[in-house]
Amino acid sequence: MRVVDASDRSLLLVLDDRISLAAHRNVLRLTPLLQSVPGVTNVHPAYASVLIDFDPRAIRHCDIERAAAELLAQAACAPAAEPRTVEIPVAYGGEYGPDLEAVAALTGHTPDEVVALHSGADYLVYFLGFSPGFPYLGGLPDSIAAPRLETPRRRVPAGSVAIGGRQTGIYPMASPGGWRIIGRTALPLFDPAGDPPVLLRMGDHVRFMALVRGSL
Amino acid sequence: MTTVQDLGRPGYAHLGISASGAADALSLRAGNLLVGNAEGAAALEMTLAGGTFEFESGAVVALTGADFEASLPMWTAVRVEPGDRVRCGHARSGARCYLCVNGGIDVPLVLGSASTHLMTRLGGWEGRALKRDDILLTKLGGRPWLRQVSGPAPRSGAIRVTSPVDAAAVCQGVWEVQPDSDRMGLRLRGPALDRHTGHMLTEGVPLGAIQVPPDGQPIILFVEHQTTGGYPKIANVISADFRAVGQLRPRDQVRFEQVSIDAALSLLEAQEEWLHSLA
Repeated sequence: MRVVDASDRSLLLVLDDRISLAAHRNVLRLTPLLQSVPGVTNVHPAYASVLIDFDPRAIRHCDIERAAAELLAQAACAPAAEPRTVEIPVAYGGEYGPDLEAVAALTGHTPDEVVALHSGADYLVYFLGFSPGFPYLGGLPDSIAAPRLETPRRRVPAGSVAIGGRQTGIYPMASPGGWRIIGRTALPLFDPAGDPPVLLRMGDHVRFMALVRGSL
Repeated sequence: MTTVQDLGRPGYAHLGISASGAADALSLRAGNLLVGNAEGAAALEMTLAGGTFEFESGAVVALTGADFEASLPMWTAVRVEPGDRVRCGHARSGARCYLCVNGGIDVPLVLGSASTHLMTRLGGWEGRALKRDDILLTKLGGRPWLRQVSGPAPRSGAIRVTSPVDAAAVCQGVWEVQPDSDRMGLRLRGPALDRHTGHMLTEGVPLGAIQVPPDGQPIILFVEHQTTGGYPKIANVISADFRAVGQLRPRDQVRFEQVSIDAALSLLEAQEEWLHSLA
């Protein structure tokens, strides 16, 4: 574990320098343990690291570092929650997936093949980040990886399912975005009134279900 | 632009939700103490331009933060009577002014906070900036006594940063705040910084991180910042200078100065002492 003093009120724990399932499992188990440390205000899990924000009036860097090392040892033997599988219905192509044809052309497939490959894979939610409820998914088949748009769109509709490089994701809310949109889901990924307010959680497995063309 | 703000909603970064909250939290906290509220009560944050606020019932109010050429003195608890209007103009210097009212602004809490997160339309008053003719309620409460205090010493020097690496590159330049800056981030323009080479794995980003995107023009991630990011970070603004960042306005010139974490924490302690002297 490498520890970086990211700021005067945060510490970054780096568990690995690349994406790995082992690091993910540690991040998954460590996050709730860190959240219960008094003085910790926010925990930002990522692929292979955890950023811990804390109140520097209540606790110091060295205390957080010591607590984190102890919790990491605990996390290694803590039982992980039973993984859930969440099915996400997607209307691929057409008005909901304006870049499906381009992704097919870029990857040497037909649009139907892209849909079959995308909806045939099992994805892992490594973490939620960037914006509310946005899942960082692992598991996109290499053969449908497609470069991001040269010029990002000013507005990507909420629920858009997109490919950006070797990643795939779902935009929980309308926002600017540079990934290629291949479909859309009507399932809300973020609902501030919900408990929890997000559909997906770190560690979930995701399957995309292709809907009949034209329906949402 | 005016929004409802408090000290934000920490605790949801693992869901991708940043804390938000007042851009100059020190001024909001001071204003609340002046009107006898808990320091984190919800108040109105005005950005660059204010507005006219009419009170249907009597209250005790305080204006803190930047001077908006208002009809009331700054840093002073003032009683207003039913029908009174508080007028705030444009920021004379700085960017943000807080109107605190005894009891605090009463809006539904979203994930534990009254703070407006504009990008996601979360919290505050209908998730948006206030418009003409909006009517807001205040809670009952507060134990104000009418008094005036001096605001914190204005920060005119460099914004201080810490960094686990040598931040000389960003500390040597003079940076101009760009007009497309907002509560998510302050975009700076100046001598392009070297792109750190190599692939960066997406990781958590703290408040005040100075991120260097591929064009070499740094961005200070601010209260509505994204919770994770993949761009290299060269330094991080110290907690005691968040308020200075919150008072930056477009075209301001900014310099940075690297300090140690111990020095940053001493500066924060001094600031907290000033605040507690108001309680």
